[in-house]
Amino acid sequence: MAEQNLEQNPVDPNPGDLIPTVIADELHIVYRVHGAKTGKGSATSALSRIVKRGEERGVRKVHAVRGVSFVAYRGEAVGLIGSNGSGKSTLLRAIAGLLPAEKGRVYTNGQPSLLGVNAALMNDLTGERNVILGGLAMGMTREQVRERYQEIVDFSGINEKGDFITLPMRTYSSGMAARLRFSIAAAKDHDVLMIDEALATGDRKFQVRSEERIRELRKSAGTVFLVSHNNKSIRDTCDRVLWLERGELRMDGPTDEVLKEYEKFTGK
Amino acid sequence: MSPRPSPDEGLTAAQLSAKYGLTVSGARPGLAEYIRQLWGRRHFILAFSQAKLTAQYSQAKLGQLWQVATPLLNAAVYFFIFGVILKASRGMSRDVYIPFLVTGVFVFTFTQSSIMAGVRAISGNLGLVRALHFPRASLPISFALQQLQQLLFSMTVLFIIVVGFGSYPSLSWLLIVPVLLLQFLFNTGLALIVARMGAKTPDLAQLMPFILRTWMYTSGVMFSISTMMEGRSEVFVRLLQVNPAAIYMDLMRFALIDGYGASNLPPHVWAIAAFWAVVLFVGGFVYFWQAEERYGRG
Repeated sequence: MAEQNLEQNPVDPNPGDLIPTVIADELHIVYRVHGAKTGKGSATSALSRIVKRGEERGVRKVHAVRGVSFVAYRGEAVGLIGSNGSGKSTLLRAIAGLLPAEKGRVYTNGQPSLLGVNAALMNDLTGERNVILGGLAMGMTREQVRERYQEIVDFSGINEKGDFITLPMRTYSSGMAARLRFSIAAAKDHDVLMIDEALATGDRKFQVRSEERIRELRKSAGTVFLVSHNNKSIRDTCDRVLWLERGELRMDGPTDEVLKEYEKFTGK
Repeated sequence: MSPRPSPDEGLTAAQLSAKYGLTVSGARPGLAEYIRQLWGRRHFILAFSQAKLTAQYSQAKLGQLWQVATPLLNAAVYFFIFGVILKASRGMSRDVYIPFLVTGVFVFTFTQSSIMAGVRAISGNLGLVRALHFPRASLPISFALQQLQQLLFSMTVLFIIVVGFGSYPSLSWLLIVPVLLLQFLFNTGLALIVARMGAKTPDLAQLMPFILRTWMYTSGVMFSISTMMEGRSEVFVRLLQVNPAAIYMDLMRFALIDGYGASNLPPHVWAIAAFWAVVLFVGGFVYFWQAEERYGRG
């Protein structure tokens, strides 16, 4: 929605001001897990739960994000940190509008995109067809996919050791597959870009290349969110950090301050 | 909220977002906008259905040959049991009955597999729904499209069988196109409906085969409703005949088989066929769209 911004900037009273691109307002996300309810697992008890028509009905709720609020501005790179299962990835998906909020809201400028197409790709298809399928799944037009095709294949380096792109993806080594997935995902430019620990894939040579590509993407994107367990890559890329713990926003501030507290917390 | 000082301090989130023209992430677009977005994704829908179709047999040595071999073997089984062993005819000559039976099986399978794929369209692709943005109706429509392409392979087998039993291509074969189109719309509508229901209650995938089997046996796949139900009340026969599955099967048989005349069709058959297609497709689409923002909760 770049057009929208262009239209709005001139009417903005103070052009130098911070322009919000993502606003989270008291956001709650709840997962519902079927068949994980503790208690008797027999068919009859499951049936009786269905018949009783209670609120629960064999469903266990996982409250992954609890009342998170923040405002992110244009040009910011925001890091998300927290221990495993603290709700970082869930929060990203909610910002992208991929997970419905239980309570509260997320307002965004345009359509935030999550960097990653893994779910759209099929192992039984050739790399070639996966490039096309992945591109279309991300919302590129057929012409855009055709234009970028060679670029994606070259970037992935799949063909460096022979003609592998015409083989099914299931025949690739895990490193090769990860490289192709990243190359497809990184082929599109985004307004609000979210990266979920995608930095460390492939061999050293590919890592350098992908870090460079992420920097490029960051430049063209309005706002970047990065989830990572690597404090160094957070320090390198982000100027602001949100620290999540048990689904709650524990701290929000400049990278150095938050990381210092976080390192104290984790006992480093 | 944010620790940064800002002239917008004191505004609520809603006021702030209104000021800068932000929109609620993941909100459901209006129906017209939704259709426009869906149209924009038409290449993805087609590519996804073709990819699924190809992926199906990619591990087999004979590969894509199975697209034709599977329906051919299916037809051979029916021929062997009903044509050779039972010598069944159910009030028809054998030259009519075998193509009658195979047409029925293929046409019903089209609807059946569209529904089965539809139930899992959302619940079986949560990874995709939670990773990428696209109108969710793309998935059930894509699965219905995959089944249509599958049926087109089966149709080539069907043509061979029909010709083999003495019904040669004629002008009436052109009717296949509108029949397939109407049935495709009907199937897509059903797939959209069960996709929404299956997204909320995945158990439906377990229940569906039983419902579908009951439906199959009452639709006259293996017998002609008008011949078998002779002597039953007119209303009862008509009720069985307006069943959409029976309508599409009978129309296809009427188009393909010489010995299967218009007397086997209920009155106003095309109107009924169009009615089911339009009502289910439009109704199913709107029903699916109404829950658009809730898919992905799982």
